[in-house]
Amino acid sequence: MTQNEILGEYRRRSFWQTLGMFDWIWALAVLAGSGFVFSRYGAVMDSYELAIMAGVTLALIATGWSWKPLRMLSVWVTALTLFAIWRYGNTLVAGETDFFLKFLFASQSAIMWMSALFVAATLTYFVAMLARAEFTGKVASAMTWSATTMGLVGLLVRWRESYLVNPDFGHIPVSNLYEVFVLFAVITALIYLYYERRYRTRAMGGFVLLVISSAVAFLLWYAFTRNAAEIQPLVPALQSYWMKIHVPANFIGYGAFALAAMVGVAWLLNDRSSFMSARMPSQDILEDVMYKSIALGFAFFTVATILGALWAAEAWGGYWSWDPKETWALIVWLNYAAWLHMHLTRGWRGAPMAWWSVIGLFVTLFAFVGVNMFLSGLHSYGEL
Amino acid sequence: MALSATATRQSSRNPGSGLLLGFLGSMNLAITLLVTVGIASIVGTVLKQNEAYQNYIIKFGPFWFEVFNALGLYDVYSAAWFLLILTFLVLSTSTCIYRNAPQMLHDMRSYRLNVRFSSLNAFHNRHEWRTNSTPAALLASLTPVVQDFGYRIRSEQQGDHLIVSGKKGAINRLGYLFTHVAIVVICLGGLLDGNLPLKWRAFTGDIAIETRDIPASEVPPASRLPVTNPSFRGSVSVPEGSASDMVFLTLRDGYLVQPLPFTIRVKDFRIEHYETGQPKSFESDLVIDDAERNEPLEATIAVNHPLLYKGYAIYQASFGDGGSELELRLWPLLGADGTPRDIAGAVFKDLELDTSVGKLQLELTNFRLFNINPVQEEGKEKTLRNFGPNFSFKLRNERGEAVEYENYMSPVTMDGRDFYLSGVRYEPAEPFHYLYIPVDAQGGIERFMQFNTWLHDLERIQRIAGETAAQSLPESKADAPELAAGLTQSMVRLVTLFAARGFDGVVEEVEASVPEAEQSSVLDAYLKVLQTMLAVMYAELLTENGVDLTQGISMQDSVFFDDALTAIGALGSYGAPLYVQLDSFRHIQSTGLQIARAPGKTMVYIGFALLIAGVFCMFYVAANRLWFWIDTKDGQTRVLLAGSGLRHQRDFEKEFVRLQQILDARFS
Ligand code: HEM
Repeated sequence: MTQNEILGEYRRRSFWQTLGMFDWIWALAVLAGSGFVFSRYGAVMDSYELAIMAGVTLALIATGWSWKPLRMLSVWVTALTLFAIWRYGNTLVAGETDFFLKFLFASQSAIMWMSALFVAATLTYFVAMLARAEFTGKVASAMTWSATTMGLVGLLVRWRESYLVNPDFGHIPVSNLYEVFVLFAVITALIYLYYERRYRTRAMGGFVLLVISSAVAFLLWYAFTRNAAEIQPLVPALQSYWMKIHVPANFIGYGAFALAAMVGVAWLLNDRSSFMSARMPSQDILEDVMYKSIALGFAFFTVATILGALWAAEAWGGYWSWDPKETWALIVWLNYAAWLHMHLTRGWRGAPMAWWSVIGLFVTLFAFVGVNMFLSGLHSYGEL
Repeated sequence: MALSATATRQSSRNPGSGLLLGFLGSMNLAITLLVTVGIASIVGTVLKQNEAYQNYIIKFGPFWFEVFNALGLYDVYSAAWFLLILTFLVLSTSTCIYRNAPQMLHDMRSYRLNVRFSSLNAFHNRHEWRTNSTPAALLASLTPVVQDFGYRIRSEQQGDHLIVSGKKGAINRLGYLFTHVAIVVICLGGLLDGNLPLKWRAFTGDIAIETRDIPASEVPPASRLPVTNPSFRGSVSVPEGSASDMVFLTLRDGYLVQPLPFTIRVKDFRIEHYETGQPKSFESDLVIDDAERNEPLEATIAVNHPLLYKGYAIYQASFGDGGSELELRLWPLLGADGTPRDIAGAVFKDLELDTSVGKLQLELTNFRLFNINPVQEEGKEKTLRNFGPNFSFKLRNERGEAVEYENYMSPVTMDGRDFYLSGVRYEPAEPFHYLYIPVDAQGGIERFMQFNTWLHDLERIQRIAGETAAQSLPESKADAPELAAGLTQSMVRLVTLFAARGFDGVVEEVEASVPEAEQSSVLDAYLKVLQTMLAVMYAELLTENGVDLTQGISMQDSVFFDDALTAIGALGSYGAPLYVQLDSFRHIQSTGLQIARAPGKTMVYIGFALLIAGVFCMFYVAANRLWFWIDTKDGQTRVLLAGSGLRHQRDFEKEFVRLQQILDARFS
């Protein structure tokens, strides 16, 4: 064999060459979608909003390339949302009269479906794990995917509904506790689904979905007792493009931290009971998921807090005011920075880190809802 | 760990400074500081910061107030001890960078070609091949594969063996540098913008905090800051049509005056509302007069849309009344003369009033054009309704005691009837209790006021009581004058009791003067008599006002009667000898501006950018290394591949296996 033959045998492939036909179709579809939105609404979007849309488009393409199931989800969500928007037409009336809207895809109905499916999926995951039933596990996954789909449809349709209630009211549905709880459930589920596929195990599902189900329980209580699902106009402080990026970035953080905590619970059970450890992935894997999730959460939480500071500089006159919500974000951030230091530089592993990550959930939870319930400050949304 | 090994070596070299550096740069200190800052921050969120000192005294009592004050708990984030912890955090992080950065930068660049076979052989991820190819051919063969995996490689012939070293993701190490430098940069930038210098000058007595509520022009120079002050964040409230060339900085229990190098005139302030009544936008039209400009700068600011001018940022922060002019009508509530009196006033101005209970000071405190209130009517969902304009005032007596009121200008519909609402409270912390004054057939307050006056008109009461008593006595007793006089007397007494203290007054009177067994029957009789008497007076009032009562009383007039009695019954606890009605107004608003100068902002933002870049580099750039040891052994060429991943061990393992499989195919 000559050197040239050897060299020729191995063809270098650049990143672009690794992309298949479906990857390109995906990219084109996303671009076409954005193009459509731009052609319809470009005129009323300011330059920041256009930049955000461009960023979202690129992020969606890239995420779809590296995590293929996202595409199928997007197809379903888009199709169902467009269907619902079409059924609505130009008035809200159809929400009461149209069968599809009333029982399936009006935002509140879709969110009810999401809630029911998440709760069902939680139970199914546990059954699948305890009985070591693979098929049941697949059903649980399918339920989680469906719940996520319905949640996203619920949010997107709500976006449209807000304009139908009154063109003046229209806004992205991340502006109050009701809306962000749905967002939290959906994002946590998505992060979980990613790890489920990557680590090829469904045993963590029940644990993670437990925290989602709790969020759903709160959501339902909040919606029924406080009439929270009603679409309200935005207070002036929230009328800013910053909200579109600050809030979702925050919830990637919250979702990832919640997931890490529940994996921490799984780790601890695994540690104490051979019954559980026989049914769950190794502690190493759980530990790895926990670390990855905290790292993901930390990165996005950093971004979110910084975006919050930039927003505050524009709305309140200073990038940092030690407002309770702000301060608690810092506390959460410091907590996980300490966790990461211990993990990475001290090589701490095992029970202390699992406990720490569980405690982290409570700190996060306080920053998320506790501040709104118990402390007063400049953050004007979502008082209980 | 490699890092701590480095640290020990350094400290043994120079014991003195090494110990200090060792302490400052230690992980334990860093973690302790992170957690301490976290806990200290919690204190500041639980205890509401920077409130008026008066509130803290009320909340904690004088003793604990002093203790907490000494600990700086009312402004935790600029308390000396908090800043000290932050300083240590910055020092500790800087030390950490100082000690780790050189090593890391070196690591980044180095290919580490001087490795020993035995150490490579000890790696967890390793693989060995024996082939008949020449080392040169192997090198040519593996190079493109390894490069394809993203590695940069170097090779060197070292004596009897060829060493090939590959690395990727070196910027992961830069990530460490970026994040930690970012922390230092952000903290320093923040410090630059904080009010630390101010605190220091207040502490040393260089400036005096003003605690009196006096006009800005009278604030002494000791409480004024130089216009050159590089960083501050203050606020000022400017009425429409007025201007300001300074802002107030709140500090501890007072404030300081910060002059500006320009004047801000407020042309107009606007609130727009959604159709539900909630506010939709707050906007101010500003004019900046600056001696350095040829013509004034005009700009409109709104929430989320500040104006940046010469490094000063001007924000729409709040709004309030700017001294609206109010035309008021004063209705006496006590006494037989019910003639109203008109006066003119303005919000934030005080008026002296002579009333039946002595001199009172009327302090107008606020005017609000829109009042969106939740309304819960029976059987209906809660809705929001605009109650229209209202104004607030205090009535202060000569002893300095004040009662607070909030009166609505136009009638508000409740359960289908219209009322003038007047809220009253005796303590600032209480909610308002409302007086519902019914609106008469002409839509005014006159009939109610007239009726109320009649109930204080003793002559009239006596006359009507006499007539009523005469009529109500049966014919047979008509000539018993003492009976009629007694009845008249008790009627008069009941009416005056009612006018002074309401139905409660009558009940109390009965409880105080009648044996318990007879109370309820006596009360029944009293109320019946009182009701009759009041109805007769009301009928006379209606007749006098030209209402035809021959067909009986209309439903509307009868409902008015009941509502009027309820209102008069409540006047006893209303606490004012007069009712202040708002006749007309000229609305003058003021806009609340916040003005900030923050030179550290750029620095902080650079820190933010570094932080984000650093965090993503650290988490999402895998830093991996590979080595190939190629030598000749037993007549064959031996290749040992070993490698490690810095962070993501599991991911690296997968990559290693894939690489090994591809090389397997190529080497054999
Ligand atoms: C305000 C204080 C600090 C903050 C917020 C902070 C933040 C961080 C963050 C976010 C990471 C990333 C986690 C990772 O991927 O490694 C990190 C890593 C690290 N930090 Fe800190 N840090 C601080 C102070 C310190 C100090 C004082 C030291 C020195 C003892 C230190 C040493 C390290 C080391 C060695 C790493 C791991 C770097 C690596 O191996 O790649 N940090 N820090």
